[in-house]
Amino acid sequence: MINRRIFLNSSGLALVAGGLLPNVFVKMAGAATTKGKKTLVAVFQRGAVDGLNVIVPYAEKAYYDARPNIAVARNDVLELDGFFGAHPSLASLMPYFKDKSLAVVHAVGSPDSTRSHFDAQDFMESGTPGVKSTEDGFLARAISNTHDQAASPLRAVALSPAMPRILSGSGSAVAMTNIAQFGVRGGAQVSAAFEAMYGKQSFEAANLLKSADPTKLQPENGAQYPPNPLGNSLKQIAQLIKSNVGLEVAFTDVGGWDTHAGEGGAQGQLANNLRNFSDAIAAFTRDLGSRMGDVVLVTMSEFGRTVRENGNRGTDHGHANVMLAIGGGVKGGKVYGRWPGLGAEHLFEGRDVAVTTDFRDVFGELLTKQLGVAALKSVFPGYEAGPSKWRGLIA
Amino acid sequence: MKRFLTIPIALLLLGVSGTPKLTPRQRADHALNRLAFGARPGDVDRVMAEGVDAWINRQLHPESIADRGVDARLDQYATLKMSDAQIFSKYYAPILAARKAKKEGESDEEMRRRIPFDQRPQHVVAELNAQRIIRAADSDRQLNEVMVDFWMNHFNVFAGKGLDRVLLTSYERDTIRPRIWGNFEDLLIATAKSPAMLFYLDNARSRSGALNENYAREIMELHTLGVDGGYTQQDVTELARVFTGWTIDRPRQGGGFVFRPMLHDNAPKVVLGIRFPAGGGMNEGERMIHFLAHHPKTAHHLALQLCQRLVADDPPKALVDRVAKRFLDSGGDLRQTVKAVIDSAEFWDPKFYRAKVKSPFEYAVSALRAIGARVDDPLPLARELQKMGEPLYGAQPPTGYSDKADAWINEGAMLNRMNFALTLAANKMPGVRVDEQSAASLDIGVDMPKAASTPGLILGSPEFQRQ
Repeated sequence: MINRRIFLNSSGLALVAGGLLPNVFVKMAGAATTKGKKTLVAVFQRGAVDGLNVIVPYAEKAYYDARPNIAVARNDVLELDGFFGAHPSLASLMPYFKDKSLAVVHAVGSPDSTRSHFDAQDFMESGTPGVKSTEDGFLARAISNTHDQAASPLRAVALSPAMPRILSGSGSAVAMTNIAQFGVRGGAQVSAAFEAMYGKQSFEAANLLKSADPTKLQPENGAQYPPNPLGNSLKQIAQLIKSNVGLEVAFTDVGGWDTHAGEGGAQGQLANNLRNFSDAIAAFTRDLGSRMGDVVLVTMSEFGRTVRENGNRGTDHGHANVMLAIGGGVKGGKVYGRWPGLGAEHLFEGRDVAVTTDFRDVFGELLTKQLGVAALKSVFPGYEAGPSKWRGLIA
Repeated sequence: MKRFLTIPIALLLLGVSGTPKLTPRQRADHALNRLAFGARPGDVDRVMAEGVDAWINRQLHPESIADRGVDARLDQYATLKMSDAQIFSKYYAPILAARKAKKEGESDEEMRRRIPFDQRPQHVVAELNAQRIIRAADSDRQLNEVMVDFWMNHFNVFAGKGLDRVLLTSYERDTIRPRIWGNFEDLLIATAKSPAMLFYLDNARSRSGALNENYAREIMELHTLGVDGGYTQQDVTELARVFTGWTIDRPRQGGGFVFRPMLHDNAPKVVLGIRFPAGGGMNEGERMIHFLAHHPKTAHHLALQLCQRLVADDPPKALVDRVAKRFLDSGGDLRQTVKAVIDSAEFWDPKFYRAKVKSPFEYAVSALRAIGARVDDPLPLARELQKMGEPLYGAQPPTGYSDKADAWINEGAMLNRMNFALTLAANKMPGVRVDEQSAASLDIGVDMPKAASTPGLILGSPEFQRQ
């Protein structure tokens, strides 16, 4: 069993010599470890990804009974633990599951029963399922909670055209789609004039970006980001991390998961989207190399999809879903969460995977252990959040 | 935390003058800032010539103001005059058809791409954006547009939620605009019965035995009583039962409000102490709306929000109480209530002059007006509003957008404002024409720092962020 991980180990030579590592790690082994701030990267799969076809419960007959046309066949899945297998499009992430830096949480989600994308995303980003009037996002509350004077103006960055709900309300998050264009356009004189009017401290993030110049950093370790929006966002997040600008929370999102028709199985629509998705995350992980020791990337989606395929060879809006976590402290190589089963009597409202892990418990653990958030009660108001409910996926 | 707020906002919040009373010129400027989307070149002189009070009185009666110039420009947007049924058949049916004809393995994006842009629901929202921007920038009924913005935000509906992208046209045109100078109860009941709100807050799918509490909660928390309005979760559940059966007739074809007795919960209910015996129907909801519309907590909640919009982020309590009293005494007359704010000594207090930070929409439109820009195509401006954090019809939560400065001031948003100012002043904003001469003579009516040496720097200055 390979339980030593490249992220945490700056002397990777032993691992390579042991011949235990897949080829992708060879170059990473030489990467320097730069101790920096710890970073949490959240990737939102908007539109509700079909978690049952991402991490397939291939040992459940009910799965195949419910999906005569779009199930991923047992001999197509990538073996995980004797019960679950990963969709073949996740091939680029499998080395990280094998080296135990990638963990899966299944049957995870929001306790609210809404099947509206809008409401479910809203609840997941506000961190208050069922409560509509929460004005700020839970990651915004989390960074306010860890506030310290030395915090970087780039401590929380959304790679997004507008400030996403999840980071709204903090006053210290910034949103951008292109880190190279974050600043006043119009030359040095114009910048100086604005600084004279507003004060230099009003341009801390822009000036820090300018001096750090993260975009000069090329992907390392042979990482090749796929040419899609998620690849582009993760590449820039990696640049921010590597340039030591004090990034603590990064957020980005990716759409295209609302597979009501023609979803496909091992191949097809979802397979194509998933390949783009996992290749982007794999490139990010490879690019950061040993620096991943300070980073956890976690994926989320507003709800899962129906167990049964619909009349259009797709799936409709469901309930529980799957989350992936990859990085430094992750105790990976394992599928976490209590599996509720797909038998009719176990389904939520008779049709969907039941939620056995609240998404707030995954984030509660991540925020506490990765970012040092002390008061989870203020991050998830009204929720009894605490270690007793955590799954233990972070060391 | 809010590092942008530390010095710049302290600076932004300092009143310009320490004089005990606004000068006549400042009064005209103040009225144009708060009761309009800022002054165009020459506006301050025109308002002074007419008399500030006379101008305000005219603005309080928008029906008396001809607006033919803007009306003519809006003719090009065909959807603005369409009924829900017409909009659905033209802009929603193609989506349903495309979904049916979707090919195996085709992604949703590919499917949507097969529909021409001018037949997609986004086209409807784009035209709606266009009319709001054109009206705010150029309508002579300026206070009307300010209050449309206020009430659309108070009764927020998000265009990104399913059917709402094709329901907002009638919502703004038929539900909100005709009622904002009338009685609050009429406005409240019209929103309660609007397909846009019924869909947005899910009352359309709430029924006896399968309650959805969303609307019942928000009508009390956001539309009427306020979050500290004294209701309990039990009241929310009971009110949701009251509203069962309030739904949309043929929702995928643009049908209107319908009450379906079959979906209504017929058992007895108690909401906020009001008892409804078994066997009631639609009248239960109407009675609750009447009760909520005239409640003192509602008066206070609305007064506070109006004062936040028109006076200050943290308005004086005495003013809020006075405005709330006028609301109650007038039976919820919205013109009287707005007038109570404008007639107050607090409204004209020099400490609030040029003291309130503009929202992105107020900022962008006031910049267009200040520089005398002509808007040929408002859509690039709509995208700028998105960048600045306030896309029109784009507030996801039912709270709508904040009227307080700290919601808008962060480094990224401010950079977008500065870049907007530079682009606009250089006449490089797509769809907008700026005359070089009027740009060169730009004067925003207050003393400017020395660094503000160009039109772009003036529009991007802290002084121009305030109104």
